[in-house]
Amino acid sequence: MPQLDFDIITLGHGSGGTLTAQLLDTGVFRLLGNELLDKKHDGAIFNLEGRVAMSTDTYVVSPIFFPGGNIGDLAVNGTVNDLAMCGAAAKYLSLGFVLEEGLKMEEFWDILVTIKSACEIAGVQVVTGDTKVVEKGKGDKIFINTTGIGTVHPDANIDIDRVKSGDKIILSGPLARHGITIMSQRRGLEFETSITSDTRPLNKIVNELLDEFGNYIHLCRDPTRGGIATVLNEIAKDATVGIDVAQKNINVEEEVHGACEMLGLDPLYVANEGLFMSVVDATVADAFLQKLQQWEHGSMAAIIGNVVTEHPNQVILNSNVGGRRVINRLTGEQLPRIC
Amino acid sequence: MKYLSEFRSPELVEALLTEIKQSVTRNWNIMEVCGGQTHSLVKNGILNLLPSQIQMIHGPGCPVCVTPVSLIDKAVHLAMECNVILCSFGDMIRVPGSGMSLLEAKARGADVRILYSPLEAVKIAKENPNREVVFFAVGFETTAPANALSVIHASREAVTNYSILASHVLVPPAIEAVMNDALSNVDGFLGAGHVCAIMGMHEYYPLVEKYKMPIVITGFEPVDLLEGILMTVKQLEAGEAKVENQYARIVTEEGNIKAQEIIYEVFEVTDRLWRGMEIIPMSGYKVKGAYREFDAEKKFNINIEEAPENPECLAGEIMKGIKKPFECQHFGKRCKPSSPLGAPMVSSEGACAAYYHYSAYAEQVTSP
Repeated sequence: MPQLDFDIITLGHGSGGTLTAQLLDTGVFRLLGNELLDKKHDGAIFNLEGRVAMSTDTYVVSPIFFPGGNIGDLAVNGTVNDLAMCGAAAKYLSLGFVLEEGLKMEEFWDILVTIKSACEIAGVQVVTGDTKVVEKGKGDKIFINTTGIGTVHPDANIDIDRVKSGDKIILSGPLARHGITIMSQRRGLEFETSITSDTRPLNKIVNELLDEFGNYIHLCRDPTRGGIATVLNEIAKDATVGIDVAQKNINVEEEVHGACEMLGLDPLYVANEGLFMSVVDATVADAFLQKLQQWEHGSMAAIIGNVVTEHPNQVILNSNVGGRRVINRLTGEQLPRIC
Repeated sequence: MKYLSEFRSPELVEALLTEIKQSVTRNWNIMEVCGGQTHSLVKNGILNLLPSQIQMIHGPGCPVCVTPVSLIDKAVHLAMECNVILCSFGDMIRVPGSGMSLLEAKARGADVRILYSPLEAVKIAKENPNREVVFFAVGFETTAPANALSVIHASREAVTNYSILASHVLVPPAIEAVMNDALSNVDGFLGAGHVCAIMGMHEYYPLVEKYKMPIVITGFEPVDLLEGILMTVKQLEAGEAKVENQYARIVTEEGNIKAQEIIYEVFEVTDRLWRGMEIIPMSGYKVKGAYREFDAEKKFNINIEEAPENPECLAGEIMKGIKKPFECQHFGKRCKPSSPLGAPMVSSEGACAAYYHYSAYAEQVTSP
């Protein structure tokens, strides 16, 4: 961290004056600088060839630091992954901060360092941005917005309308790690756990899968907020298909499972960050799974279900004990139960 | 989890289902009293595995559902009008009162906090000596010891800005209300295992003796529930009525004596209104006189008129097992978890909400 004559963010840092310049020069530009950002223009000017995808998301996580990451890498990976789900390789990012008066400069610095590292790992550059400061009590330390832009893989043909009966649904790993990690850090609920967030960029693995399976990949989604239950329901309704999933193939790590049991949460609805779901043509499903399982985070990847013509708009779970039931959308936030 | 997985074993489930099918010779209606059991039956798809002669009836055992509208109105009033820090368990804050839920009150600026333990509320009171802190103490016998303990702690540490809005309900009087109801056609009961872990088994003997209906104290996993059903069916087929304990790994005859002592230190039994039902005699806890300064109702002297239930809701009939959720014309249409007409749809453990979330029927009626 640089030697600064301030240790907390003040309203002056959002004034656009000297303090703002000092904050940006010693922080953001120093760490994230590149040819485009260094021009300090109102916007970034660049060329992109072929089909282009764009996505934006705003990150408001609390606490801002958690095992396995912080709001910084979440904001980079989240948007990189949203683009990856479109079959696009993120190239440039915008980075918007809303800082709360009183935020420790040390914390802001740690977040910036994480952003820099996440950008390097994902192969993206921050090329434009914005910083605002709000009064104490009007924010939650820091909010981050990232918008990403990137080119779509030439063989990608990812579209909800291509989901058809007979397709296989493949999940890249175990569920619910991010949501449970955040929950374990919440005030009043802190519990000892070795669970860490699964935040990570997915662009490289998705790109490799597209290189090999291209047009056979019908859909990709990352089940963040709302978990896989929400994504499965969106697919069933938007594609007007039925979905059958097998509970025994949905992997949940033992410790995550235990935490869900304790809190009365259904892991199907808990948030993930570095997980993705693909709907692929049945002819490539086994090969796709094998490829995914060779990925460093893919050892627990599995084919969890099928797209079917029966029960359109509905997701049915075949339970471990042989029963069948609907997986429905969640109403509001999932809250720990009373008893 | 390995311990738990035994109680989810597909092989054991299969064997129990076979034995249940072999044991049944006629139709039986069995009520699982607890919402957690309803939840597990529906979530694991067990209802459609049972032979058609066995009808599971879903009882009133969801503490969030049965909390009366007027108590929620009181909590909202405390949060909105009295500038208190209103603390509650998570699933209570979505339940609608006659005007709004605590979640809406929070959105309108009230200081409503979701806690996981009432002791945390005492801590908040100590950290905020200039504010009153009220914990909305809801639940069956399971949450009563922790809620009582928070009062004992506050009393010992002379925390004078802490109180509880007590809304405790008790299981045995609810079972008796169902047994007593002329329209109810329940033949036997699965007792709530976690309630008995605290209270023991003794409260059930006089009920079984008086009404000649079996009660099998049962756990929450698929194997627990099927074993409990099998034990009930065997009693019914043999014309017996006994209290049996399927959940012996957790429940003992006398229960948790220490927890009971804590409960009776702070609470005394009182008549209690159940949302969607009626006043059930001696079916709840209120704060004892010695701890009256920790009773929010007395401390704030709230005058809230009793709000009527929505007359279109069949809550009473659903919770006594007279009707199934999908027999209500509003189920999944006007009445959904996002806009509940009444008690059984308000919390995820209510019978209607369980059917809505997990049952294919819910989707059939909601799809265009």
